[in-house]
Amino acid sequence: MADSHEHLLRELAPQVLGAVVRRYGDFSAAEDAVQEALLTASTDWPKDGVPDHPRGWLIQVAARRLTDEVRANIARRRRETELVAEAPLDEQIAPAPDSEHEPEKEDTLLLLFMCCHPALTRTSAIALTLRAVAGLTTAEIARAFLVPEATMGQRISRAKQLIKKSEVGFVMPSENERDERLEAVLHVLYLIFNEGYAASGGDSLQRVDLSTEAIRLSRDVQRLLPDNGEVAGLLALMLLTDARRHARTGPSGELIPLDEQDRSLWDRHAIDEGVAMVSRALSQGAVGAYQLQAAIAACHDEAERVEDTDWPQILALYGLLKRTSDNPMLTLNQAVAVAMVHGPQAGLQLLETLDADPRVAAHHRLAAVRGHLYEKAGDPAAAIESYQTAAALTSSVPERDYLLLKAARLRELAH
Amino acid sequence: MKFMLMMNAPRGDGDWGMKHLSMDELKAHIGFMKNFIGELKSEGVLVGAEGLAPPGAARIVRASKQDHSPEVTDGPFAEAKEFLAGYWIVHVETAAQAYAIAARASVAPGRGGKPMYIAIEVREVMSAPPVEP
Repeated sequence: MADSHEHLLRELAPQVLGAVVRRYGDFSAAEDAVQEALLTASTDWPKDGVPDHPRGWLIQVAARRLTDEVRANIARRRRETELVAEAPLDEQIAPAPDSEHEPEKEDTLLLLFMCCHPALTRTSAIALTLRAVAGLTTAEIARAFLVPEATMGQRISRAKQLIKKSEVGFVMPSENERDERLEAVLHVLYLIFNEGYAASGGDSLQRVDLSTEAIRLSRDVQRLLPDNGEVAGLLALMLLTDARRHARTGPSGELIPLDEQDRSLWDRHAIDEGVAMVSRALSQGAVGAYQLQAAIAACHDEAERVEDTDWPQILALYGLLKRTSDNPMLTLNQAVAVAMVHGPQAGLQLLETLDADPRVAAHHRLAAVRGHLYEKAGDPAAAIESYQTAAALTSSVPERDYLLLKAARLRELAH
Repeated sequence: MKFMLMMNAPRGDGDWGMKHLSMDELKAHIGFMKNFIGELKSEGVLVGAEGLAPPGAARIVRASKQDHSPEVTDGPFAEAKEFLAGYWIVHVETAAQAYAIAARASVAPGRGGKPMYIAIEVREVMSAPPVEP
């Protein structure tokens, strides 16, 4: 019961906030008022039952809070300055939302555009999106990022100040701005997903699962923009990656690489949905980076055994993906595919091109992939050295342990 | 009282002292450290703990005298015999309790599963003045 209330409140939160911001303009004040309205609902609804129009109820409660606030501020200012309020109350309150078609849809999208505005830093955008659009509490967000609640509270209020200062308006961006803004939104969602993915394991039971939140938000965006291929691509990528979550770590949190995972633990349902979604997106033209990454993930997920993996297809997809970006991490992954299709020496040769690239030359992933390819090439001494180099460069404990164990195993085999 | 228990790892030959352990020795060491954190948590004394990335990527930063912009140097790590590998912060009633916890960490298993007798530096964390009775 309480769970279904919570679910409903979370779903309504961005719509309500969007409507209130639209009406009153002040994002920061609207956000506080909506939080209070949600709190009131979470105590009242279990007692009195859910109102007939929960969305309208919440907007009304939040609006009342906000007008009380505005009145109180005016009264205070009047007392302080002993002047008649310089602006009549009517002017402080923007006109009511026009009741055109599906305003709640547009409000959620506008809210996302506002929270993920390029003027904000990515960390601000992430915190604000989780709070305002995903409807998480500051405490939940803090726990998810393993930082103290006070720190996260401060980060969120700074983000709100930034919005105020940069005068990011609550208006739909123009047609040519649209793509850039949507790109920022998708990147923020992608980062939220990755954060959850990287942090999985540990005390996850007490934490909101960021990957699940990112998928939920991406589903919302996909519902709002069903014809956008990259939105579908991102959602598919998340589903296809998340489908492997139960197979990617062992009982004590140790990493299990793709080729050693128990594929019966993969979530078939998520894979089917992801594959269908990316196939549909790819067939609609205008292929983007998220769709290509999803297509690669699909190649892995569709292989019932590791030896069934369609590596030539994966290699071709990396070729296309490299045309969209010069990210050296792509070359790193491509080298693995090259090794699978043309042999480890060819992969190692491709890796050599990265040694002069300051963005990855000292990155642990370069040394780790090199170790993997040396191992495949039958050169355990070079592999051991690469794994140990990688272990000394990574800042992830499970990854460090995994790399050290790889090196130790090769040393033992050599004896 | 809160204490910070700092684990200084010997540099070994190269960046990583752990790299000569066998698979089983490594697994035992990793398992011990995981288990130790779990124990401190369930005993209700753990405030926080972090492992630090190896010192290869560490930098020394000083503000420049001209405009206070960051001046980043590699630092004197190459000569250091030891480096800070990580720390635990524990909340206990006496220093003796902190020492007892440090001693438990000190015997983490190394070669042949034998205790490593790691040196743990124990420092009290400064706090607000005590409340008058």
